[in-house]
Amino acid sequence: MSSVLYDTIGPRGRRKIQVWNAVGAVVLAAVIFAAYRRLEDHGQVSAKLWSVLLRSDLQQLLFDGLLATLQVALLAMAVSLVTGAVMAAGRMSNHAWIRLPLRAWIEVFRSVPLLLLIFFIYLGAPAMGINVPTFWSLVIGLALYNSAVVADIIRAGVLSLPKGQREAGYAVGLSHIQTLVVILIPQAVRQMLPALISQMVTVLKETALGFIIGYTELLRNGRIAVEYLGGDYAIPVYTGVAVIYVSICLLLSLLATQVSRRTAADGLARKMAPAA
Amino acid sequence: MTAAHEITTLLWLGFRTTVILSVVSGAVALALGTIAAGMRVSPVPLLRGIGAVYVALIRNTPSTLLFFFTAFILPELGVNFSYFVFAWIALSIYYGSFFCEVVRSGISSVAAGQAEAARALGLNFTMTLANVILPQAVRTVIPPLINTFIAVVRTSAIAGAFGVAELFAITNRLTNEESQSVLLILFIVALLYLAITIPISLLAGAIERKTTFAR
Repeated sequence: MSSVLYDTIGPRGRRKIQVWNAVGAVVLAAVIFAAYRRLEDHGQVSAKLWSVLLRSDLQQLLFDGLLATLQVALLAMAVSLVTGAVMAAGRMSNHAWIRLPLRAWIEVFRSVPLLLLIFFIYLGAPAMGINVPTFWSLVIGLALYNSAVVADIIRAGVLSLPKGQREAGYAVGLSHIQTLVVILIPQAVRQMLPALISQMVTVLKETALGFIIGYTELLRNGRIAVEYLGGDYAIPVYTGVAVIYVSICLLLSLLATQVSRRTAADGLARKMAPAA
Repeated sequence: MTAAHEITTLLWLGFRTTVILSVVSGAVALALGTIAAGMRVSPVPLLRGIGAVYVALIRNTPSTLLFFFTAFILPELGVNFSYFVFAWIALSIYYGSFFCEVVRSGISSVAAGQAEAARALGLNFTMTLANVILPQAVRTVIPPLINTFIAVVRTSAIAGAFGVAELFAITNRLTNEESQSVLLILFIVALLYLAITIPISLLAGAIERKTTFAR
């Protein structure tokens, strides 16, 4: 892509690029140095502080937090994918009394802050006399939001399929709903796999909201560690937490890129659907 | 029991803060994202690298964690702003990475002939990008840009948990004071958020339909 935007680079261009590279490197180095100086001025670069990450009890605490995070994330992902697919089918139903309410439902739940949805369960359910543990508040809140998004993604996938797929389904005598379930949605899911995986990254990331309602996940455990160790250890511990989140999400995102490259190689499927 | 008009005033203040925070963050994030997108397609390897690392890192960080870093870590380093500014920084950095990817997909959707024509006229990279490619790129990605802005509005709720008195923080406070009408308050606030997001989303849909017909 990038090669279209500029000519083949000649000797003058190469010199120019070298100059810009050098300028960029100097600016970058200055920024890093300034940040380092600031850390140092506030006594944040001592080996004593950062070696806290090597303590096995801290590692154990963060590992437990990671497990709790993954539990919520996996459960919320599974529920979102299944209910999202069902809602996508209903959203494309021939019956207005199924289609219209689902359309409204999807529109509303993808437009409200996720944090508010979680609080609906977390505060609203006890107000109605139902006791919901924070684990389930988080899972249900995440599922309410993400199933709506998944439904939209799958619907976009179905709409991007060639018309002949639907017509072929009718031609062999399948009903509308059979055509959707047997022919269209499986292809849509396959085509939209990169978008679906990116959405699962979102689920994983947003489990960090559990911190706000006091579910003891990764971020909350990091906070507990800092409260125990003292505020001086905030930067090393939270950096450790950030590294864990980023590396897991990055792995999932790379998977999405790989899958989208593979579907792009399939040709036809790609031509039908511009990136969602 | 707080008087009704007091609740209305509080909700109005929260609503206003949410709108202001979303708009200023959305604006800075869009600018940041456009610059990053330009860096990611530039001929200078270092700039491409910085852009790619920024996007890969920030897109895969939970937004809550970014709020954490700005609200709790920056003060540790002697950076003192109001919580509103901290939330503004967090939201801008976070959504800058999303806007970057949207703008970049717009750039790659512009027909190659446009860039070739610009080069044939003797425009250099910056001129090609700024005068020919970006105006067309942004136009094609207006619906996803608007959707990203809706995400900014939704995520701004997290700022409420980090000291900003926006709509969500007000909700939290009211549900503590008025424990008998928790559900009512939550419903009202949900409606207030929908009053911001649904019109914007309808706008995005309308623009999308119009541009698909035009093609």
